[in-house]
Amino acid sequence: MRTFLLDALTKGKATIPAPGPDAAALAEAARALGERGRQRLGRSLAIREIDAGSCNGCELEIHAVNNPIYDAERFGLRFVASPRHADVLLVTGPVTWNMREALLRTYHATPEPRWVVALGDCAVDCGVFAGSPAVVGPLADILPVDLHVPGCPPAPLAIVKALLALMEVQA
Amino acid sequence: MRDGREAGEGLALRDLAAGRTAGADGYIRCPVDATTWSRLCDGCAGGQQDLQALWADGGTMCLALGDREYALRAIVSLATDAGRYPSVASRHRPALRLERAMRDLYGVEPVGLPDPRPWLDHGRWPGRQGDAPYPFLPVEGEGLHQIPVGPVHAGIIEPGHFRFTANGETVVRLEERLGYVHKGVEGLMAGASIENGARLAGRISGDSTVAYAWAFARAVEAALGWTPPARAVLLRAVMAELERVAHHIGDVGAICNDASVVAIHASCAVQREDVLAVAGACFGHRLMMDCIVPGGVAVDLSPDGVGRIRGLLARLEATRSDVLRVYDSMPSLQDRTVTTGIVSPALVRQYAAGGFVGRASGRAFDARKSFAYAPYDQVDFALKVRSGGDVDARLLVRLDEIGESLAILAQLLGRLAPGAIRSDRPAVSSGEGAGLIEAFRGDVFVDVRVLDGRLARVHARDASWFQWPLLEAAIEGNIVADFPLCNKSFNCSYSGHDL
Repeated sequence: MRTFLLDALTKGKATIPAPGPDAAALAEAARALGERGRQRLGRSLAIREIDAGSCNGCELEIHAVNNPIYDAERFGLRFVASPRHADVLLVTGPVTWNMREALLRTYHATPEPRWVVALGDCAVDCGVFAGSPAVVGPLADILPVDLHVPGCPPAPLAIVKALLALMEVQA
Repeated sequence: MRDGREAGEGLALRDLAAGRTAGADGYIRCPVDATTWSRLCDGCAGGQQDLQALWADGGTMCLALGDREYALRAIVSLATDAGRYPSVASRHRPALRLERAMRDLYGVEPVGLPDPRPWLDHGRWPGRQGDAPYPFLPVEGEGLHQIPVGPVHAGIIEPGHFRFTANGETVVRLEERLGYVHKGVEGLMAGASIENGARLAGRISGDSTVAYAWAFARAVEAALGWTPPARAVLLRAVMAELERVAHHIGDVGAICNDASVVAIHASCAVQREDVLAVAGACFGHRLMMDCIVPGGVAVDLSPDGVGRIRGLLARLEATRSDVLRVYDSMPSLQDRTVTTGIVSPALVRQYAAGGFVGRASGRAFDARKSFAYAPYDQVDFALKVRSGGDVDARLLVRLDEIGESLAILAQLLGRLAPGAIRSDRPAVSSGEGAGLIEAFRGDVFVDVRVLDGRLARVHARDASWFQWPLLEAAIEGNIVADFPLCNKSFNCSYSGHDL
């Protein structure tokens, strides 16, 4: 264990340089927040992830956002265990009928001000699952969405940039 | 469980198979009558063959069976009486959730089904909405309390509900309730073009996208007599092994993280990212989605890409031995994993549990070996089996398998010769075929029926179907706090199960 830790200290850091916020996401987030009045929360976001029917591909890339390479926490982007601690709901998947109620309950358990991010093509427009009778529809049909992050799944860097954009306009 | 039937009444697959020949996919296909159907199910219960899958196709029930000792596989079909047929689960319990699901989705009626509660149908689908609460199994006893968890969990994971009944800290029963991410995949596949079917297959369970795309491709190719080029077959295996090592190394780290050893987790997460970045650079998609298509592969691997993967192999081997060394040197970590969440060899055999869940409890099954498909029939690697059946054994099997995958990758890269990566679709427009592919978590099975160039029926069975029930057994008698470790050491798919 000692050499393992020493190795980690001496090899230099794995983390990549900080990316800037995504321009398109910045514009969308600014629009969304402008309409609802900007709220100041300081330079951090507490994020609650909800899988509302995803294939788990998006979850894999959200996990990657927290690895030492992207290290989202250095920007104040922190994933929390309860909606009651969250500023942002990060929702994946085409919302299934079987998850609809749990999604709504989680939304209502999140204190205001709260933002909703639709992550991945499925949350944006149901992706390949569009038209299934087991699917309610895109997230925007169920909850007010402040930011869309397309991709199947979006790459970790794209996720970080989108969340940075949300933080930028919000701070 | 077998309703007092005499042992020996069961019919063995090898007896049924005598005189019959298998199709291009290795499966013997034959219709059977209700008596033979039931005797085959008794044979499953008696351990004579494994239940691989069970699904409804119109008014017909299909049962996929496997006997790895005799390298025999069959899909038997039974014409139902307006949906009614003798329940498999009444004779062989591992079929229970499969039958409950088929009943919800296709309205078939397994006569004698031991548990008629709905499974995927939560009373939420349009036209079928109801307010009746789900009747969890009753638990009686002094000093018991219940802990409901989910469907939204604390971590970044898929949704599902766990109902724990505990006595103090000790779990006396776990009951799972799944189906929250049911997206109607099979419904969307029916009538779809083969191209759209392939895209859907790649999204049944995102973490096994390569394995599913491959299983689907093999099934379609078997149905239409389509042969992929040799280079494509090798590239498919390259992708599949990259997918395997990425998830194995990531999960090893995540298990250690659940025991609060963050240093190993960080190291594994960096390594996993390395694999995905290399995959992205080589194939244009980090998870390699849509890279395997019927007839071959959609992306070629450049000589530069071969170099990248070779570089990755060396780095991975170093991390693997580091992690193993640190894991071995930490009694406080092993204190959490050794003897935690034990699954007995008998249960693993009964459920024909695939992947590391089976292999960590002594079941020497790996689709790459047991029903070897190209190119694994030409690759030299060992089937890694352990007998502890606990979290420790599942973790070590996965570390063992990373080593084997690295050796496989080196062999595959060495055999890559220039050539086509995709062949043209043959003129044949109808047929049936199946594919059984070893995903990182276990064997995934896909069966397709193609009619006039379109998909008429597709059934996909994830390895998780036969692993989820064993998690309920694994946690029994363990403390609640060890559930994350047990769960992570299984890492079953919700999406692959819920479809």
